[in-house]
Amino acid sequence: MKFDTPAQTNPIDQLKVIGKATTRIEGPLKTTGQAPYAYEHHDAVANQAYGVVVGAAIAKGRITSMKLEQAQAAPGVLAIVTAANAGKLGKGKYNTAKLLGGPEIQHYHQAVALVVAETFEQAQAAASLIDVQYQRSDGAFDLRSVQASGVEEKEQMADTLHGDFDGAFAAAPVQLDATYSTPDQAHAMMEPMASMAAWDGDKLTLWTSNQMIAWSVDDLATTLGIPKENVRLISPYIGGGFGGKLFIRADTVLAALGARLAKRPVKVALTRPLIFNNCTHRPATIQRIRIGATADGKITAMAHEGWSGDLPGGKVELAAQPSKLLYAAENRRVTMRLSTLDLPEGNAMRAPGEAPGMMALEIAMDEMAHKLNIDPVQFRILNDTQVDPVKPERPFSQRHLIECLRTGAERFGWDRRHAQPGNQREGRWLIGMGVGVAFRNNLTVKSGARVRLNDRGIVTVETDMTDIGTGSYTIIAQTAAEMLGVGLDQVVVRLGDSSFPASSGSGGQFGGNCSTAGVYAACVKLREAVAQRLGVSVEDAEFVDGHVRVGEQNLPLRDAARNGELVAEDAIEFAELSKKFQQSTFGAHFVEVAVDSATGETRVRRMLAVCAAGRILNPTSARSQVIGAMTMGVGAALMEELAVDRQLGFFVNHDLAGYEVPVHADIPHQEVIFLDETDPVSSPMKAKGVGELGLCGVSAAIANAVYNATGIRVREYPITLDKLLDKLPPMS
Amino acid sequence: MRPFTYLRAQSPAEAATLAAQVSGARFIAGGSNLLDLMKLEIETPAYLIDVNDVGLDRIEAAQDGGVRIGALVRNTDLAAHPRIRKDYALLARALLAGASGQLRNVATTAGNLLQRTRCPYFYDPNQACNKRQPGSGCAAIAGFSRQLGLIGVSDACIATHPSDMAVAMRALDAQVETIKPDGSTRTFPLSELHRLPGNSPNIENSLAPNELITAVTLPRPLGGTHIYQKVRDRSSYAFALVSVAAIVQKDGRGCIALGGIAPKPWRVERAETEMPNGAKAVVGQLLDGATPTHDNAFKLLLVERTLAAVLAQAREQA
Repeated sequence: MKFDTPAQTNPIDQLKVIGKATTRIEGPLKTTGQAPYAYEHHDAVANQAYGVVVGAAIAKGRITSMKLEQAQAAPGVLAIVTAANAGKLGKGKYNTAKLLGGPEIQHYHQAVALVVAETFEQAQAAASLIDVQYQRSDGAFDLRSVQASGVEEKEQMADTLHGDFDGAFAAAPVQLDATYSTPDQAHAMMEPMASMAAWDGDKLTLWTSNQMIAWSVDDLATTLGIPKENVRLISPYIGGGFGGKLFIRADTVLAALGARLAKRPVKVALTRPLIFNNCTHRPATIQRIRIGATADGKITAMAHEGWSGDLPGGKVELAAQPSKLLYAAENRRVTMRLSTLDLPEGNAMRAPGEAPGMMALEIAMDEMAHKLNIDPVQFRILNDTQVDPVKPERPFSQRHLIECLRTGAERFGWDRRHAQPGNQREGRWLIGMGVGVAFRNNLTVKSGARVRLNDRGIVTVETDMTDIGTGSYTIIAQTAAEMLGVGLDQVVVRLGDSSFPASSGSGGQFGGNCSTAGVYAACVKLREAVAQRLGVSVEDAEFVDGHVRVGEQNLPLRDAARNGELVAEDAIEFAELSKKFQQSTFGAHFVEVAVDSATGETRVRRMLAVCAAGRILNPTSARSQVIGAMTMGVGAALMEELAVDRQLGFFVNHDLAGYEVPVHADIPHQEVIFLDETDPVSSPMKAKGVGELGLCGVSAAIANAVYNATGIRVREYPITLDKLLDKLPPMS
Repeated sequence: MRPFTYLRAQSPAEAATLAAQVSGARFIAGGSNLLDLMKLEIETPAYLIDVNDVGLDRIEAAQDGGVRIGALVRNTDLAAHPRIRKDYALLARALLAGASGQLRNVATTAGNLLQRTRCPYFYDPNQACNKRQPGSGCAAIAGFSRQLGLIGVSDACIATHPSDMAVAMRALDAQVETIKPDGSTRTFPLSELHRLPGNSPNIENSLAPNELITAVTLPRPLGGTHIYQKVRDRSSYAFALVSVAAIVQKDGRGCIALGGIAPKPWRVERAETEMPNGAKAVVGQLLDGATPTHDNAFKLLLVERTLAAVLAQAREQA
């Protein structure tokens, strides 16, 4: 199905199932331990052996010698994979560094060996017996020290130069010129990367934990140098990914290589201390923002220039990107520069680009509002735009940012905020409120599905779409139920298997809208097939309560499959609409914090998000997405930072004790409001995404609340107490 | 993890004897730190002597009016004990500021005292660490040291002792009771248990080989206002950047121990005479000779401000 004109009224608009708060249909399986995660397919194949990955001990250089004899002789050891015996390996399109290093080492904890043994403990014990000697070479590990060498990567993000920024900024009566930084961050998902590989001749089956099945089949086939038809990936349940599992990682490739060498199925989970340096992370950024405005608060000039680093051939963290579209300004400069760093590979993490970009931009907006003596909510409203500011002929498909801000301000009690910072105190605590805009573009990606109807009236959906804890199973079931007029208990959803039609996968908050639109397309075909079998006209048919109604006729749906299962397959393909319209999601975050006036500890007291993100397919799972993102935003604001050892070139705090994310006690009551919006330009579902929107702007709202509480402006995340301490009020 | 032999002792004397009969033995109780270290092969005991069956799990009144805490009393039970809550509130508060509910359920009194540092370089076997591998150097001093120590440290090691419980016990003048493999017992002040690193940070305490802690005793209650203020980057389940354990009497005198800044619970008795003169005066003596790194220099001011807040709170509560 080609989606090339805005959606008309369709069966989804009935909203009998779609749009209803629905708890996740696979929830009972998860809470009773019956949903197998990647490392838990214990019965899938017999004779499973265990692989443990050895990570490089240096950041950059070469292996000069590798002695395996002791490890090979250790109890239970079946095989050891290294670059020396792995054969020629390719590199997947989505990987920057090699997944098996040696002799060249590209980053700390890059895999250099896999030890396969009868038990996990034996493999682990033998892994430490491998004696690897290295020759270190110098590397670049500090973004600031290589910032000046950054280059424009035109294919990833070309400069936006619109109007005359320099002239307009110089002429602006009110100016802000400030530089911000965001640190490297880890996905820190609950489930580690894990895979189990089994070969049958030259055919490989791989159980794994992966967000993008079709990409990863391609990349695994490329890496192993085998036809992709010979690779089957199975990833039905995923314990969080946040972008860290968009791509194949060392566990996947090494499980396949280990199974080939050991001639047995091999399962590999990356241990927690290895994940932080072995896998990808969100790269640190430096961002300089300049805003020029008239005295009455109209922005005339906006520059957002950012810098990030990665391994050679790597990715730009597109932090400046939101400034292309978020606020009106006649004159604009938006640029990103990429420098070479020899830290582990940078790549996508939840709301890549936008999350760190909004962390900086929304502090800058707060600073500017302060300079102008305009309320920060009002300042953003003043500079709203309903069109792409650089291409004014291109409107936003929907943009209800002003309504988000106004609704939020009213619900949060924004009028009780003291405009002058440092003015509200409760005992030892300094109290403040902050606001930050949420903004994340809506991407549309082709997505396919197959739908089956059997003679019991059961509808089965098959797609390689993944559920990374987001609720994909549930919204897909809701979509099929709505389209075919059956209850959720009549729908079976099968996900995460490359033998199913390729979907959008889970990334970029496009999965919810696109995968359900793909299921919609397949259901449209199935409705046609049903109508044909029942001998009725599909245009006249209503699918209601397990029946097909045409005028006076009321035929059981299952009768259509009486003579054999009906199968329909289709994909949604998006055409030109994203060129004609800018599709984005919007929101406003309001936060109240308390800062201990003695110690500088910041505690978040209240949080509210108001989101305008198209049709909300399932308010329950959408809310979970947003509060999870808000929680992640608290982490980004107050504690999350991969600490770089600038001499040795690695992330030092590489476990969950050292890399602190919020605990329950850090998270107060969170409220989420979804504005009633449908966006016919986005898809037949008229939905968009919220999973990343919820993260964008939260951290800045917290930073702004800390400023409002203390009068201290911190521009380097995270806002840990040491950055406040010497500026807090003197102790009596 | 290296293979090991697992033995279970039925009495404290048997545990110490068993440990002495073999080479490379470690006692295990809750195991909440030791097992992590074994998985990383930072600890590679040939024998584990499980002491969970040896008794030592009671909290009893002592003849001198104090209290005797068995080495195996779990942190959860200790924090919840009515006598501890009533007379040694400082200890209950410190315990509840530590770890998580699940960890406190298994962690024991003696195990808490003997837990090892959380310095990230100690936990990464690829990095130089004099504590893990004597003579290999210290990667932390020139590396990422925000969490690490600034007093009592040496050029060989700047690791901190991570316990909250021990900081409160130090302020409460706790004593440690032990038994040796030869059956002899001794009692000594907690202040003498932990060693400063000097040139041998791998030697962390004054226990003889295979000497087993059997109890911690607290003297008669000191009265006063008990405050344990732990400062950290998140609200729970984080080690202290700085912690202050204070007992403040009505006249403003009292005692203070600090956590998060030193290789042992940090207390300097002569600094306590300055308490009536305020936090700055106390800290001047308490942290005299401190050698902070660039990353952890903020702790000097943090100690002073936290202590000032604690003393102010004590005045309000008095």
